[in-house]
Amino acid sequence: MLENKGHPNRLGIWGWLGGGKWGLERYLYTLHRLTGLGLLFYFLLHIFVTSARAFGPEAWATSMGTVSGPLFVVGEFLVFCAFAFHAFNGVRLGLIELGFAIGNPIEPVYPYRTSVHEQRPLAIVMMVLAGLVVLAGGLDFFILH
Amino acid sequence: MRDQRLWTWHLLAGLVILVFLGLHMGIMHLDVLLGIFNPKDPHPVAWANVVERAKLGFFTVSYIVLLGAALFHGLYGLRNILFELGLGAAAKKGLNVTLTVGGLVLFVFGSWAAWAAGALAKTL
Amino acid sequence: MTAPANVTFRIRRFDPATQQEPTWEDFTLPYTAGMTVLDGLRKIKETASPSLAWRSSCRMGVCGSCGMFINGHPRLACNTQVTELGTELVTVAPLPNFDIIRDLVPELRPMFDAHAALMPHIIREDTAEMQEPTGEYFQSPHELEQFLQFTYCIKCGCCMAACPTVATDPAYSGPMPLAQSHRYNADSRDGGFASRKRVLATEQGPWKCHYAGECSQACPKGVDPARAIQLMKRQLVFDYLKLYKQPCPSKVVAKVTTITRRPDVPEAPAKTI
Repeated sequence: MLENKGHPNRLGIWGWLGGGKWGLERYLYTLHRLTGLGLLFYFLLHIFVTSARAFGPEAWATSMGTVSGPLFVVGEFLVFCAFAFHAFNGVRLGLIELGFAIGNPIEPVYPYRTSVHEQRPLAIVMMVLAGLVVLAGGLDFFILH
Repeated sequence: MRDQRLWTWHLLAGLVILVFLGLHMGIMHLDVLLGIFNPKDPHPVAWANVVERAKLGFFTVSYIVLLGAALFHGLYGLRNILFELGLGAAAKKGLNVTLTVGGLVLFVFGSWAAWAAGALAKTL
Repeated sequence: MTAPANVTFRIRRFDPATQQEPTWEDFTLPYTAGMTVLDGLRKIKETASPSLAWRSSCRMGVCGSCGMFINGHPRLACNTQVTELGTELVTVAPLPNFDIIRDLVPELRPMFDAHAALMPHIIREDTAEMQEPTGEYFQSPHELEQFLQFTYCIKCGCCMAACPTVATDPAYSGPMPLAQSHRYNADSRDGGFASRKRVLATEQGPWKCHYAGECSQACPKGVDPARAIQLMKRQLVFDYLKLYKQPCPSKVVAKVTTITRRPDVPEAPAKTI
């Protein structure tokens, strides 16, 4: 290692969020991360709230009472949207990370066509499916109830 | 070995969650459209429905499987994000211990609740 | 974009002897036909600021020295026409995610350390054959295609500058070293998967790649590191699940000695090394 390594120049957390200049996949990456954190936070609370059922109907009613009202309905709908996005994008990521949908290595000929282009139809299909599930959820949450 | 092992299980846990959380979301939030497993009351979280589901052994098992898979998947995801901040060795070790212990405690508590709710439902 | 009359270069300057923090400095030059960003830098060094420092060598996108952060994208300065940027203001900064040695010169050593740690070379047990070849290792065109794309890497570091994980995490090897490690894992002549796996299965491995796809979009040579990393994960996951069996490294094919040279074809010149 050199003694003087120079002036530090890592982009830091802004490097995570640096979407907008490049492709769709950077947005999906950022959103996957944010929805994941949101779902985890909700899930940890959810364990405690729903465990009340082990203590009988009164405890259950009290517990459900604290998480009712229009604000919680909207909040739950956001969790539902996060779930729909995270699930469909997760399927895409799982497929890609197991080497599917990214195409075989090719000789690079300009203009370069990369795995990002290969998987883009899958990304779009998955986002459309997530959108349909969100629409179905919206129908069920706000219109049919 | 560690990251290869953990990441593979992260992926497998994601698959388990996809199936069981899909079912859970279908029951709880697409209740009008799908109308499954809500026999007693139109509202999915009504006590009568909770009891009916808790009587089925399948739900007790699926809740415990979903709990374990989701805790592992979520906490490993959190660990991955926090590790990417470039933590020192001591912080990484502390985080590993905290997340493992926290996850196990939540798993034991949640599993107990699922089991106890099943036992309670059978007496009603 | 039609060619502008003048181009302003906004350059990130840093001299460790006199400065604590990097600063921006503007230079305005007349546009000349076919001007690349590297041409602009040379002109500035000749006419305005002799102390301006950067790395470049081949000026034709082959050596991988002049990776820079140009208008917010990692690019090769020699391969970037000023007109293709579409603005009259060209911002040039050193590649991010590397320390700055001076002006536009990044410290690439951590990348090359990670590269070396992932064993980017053929590993075989028959060392005698590798030292003194008696023939050639057989490889079919199909086997060659499995890694050929990844051999075009020029190690310029543009992928490292684009990667969101490298932006925060020094423990992650990064796209270039991982792709180059996979280039050898995917080579049918290689038998080193087990050795490389000892490093790849740890935090240095591909596990912090979440497919933001930036490295492949940034690569000036179309190497597609993201593809290599996903194929590597596939191997490692299947390996953990005991579903992956590395094929035996390819066999030696003896030199052909039975063919006689046609009389009208001259002999090859004598070896010089």
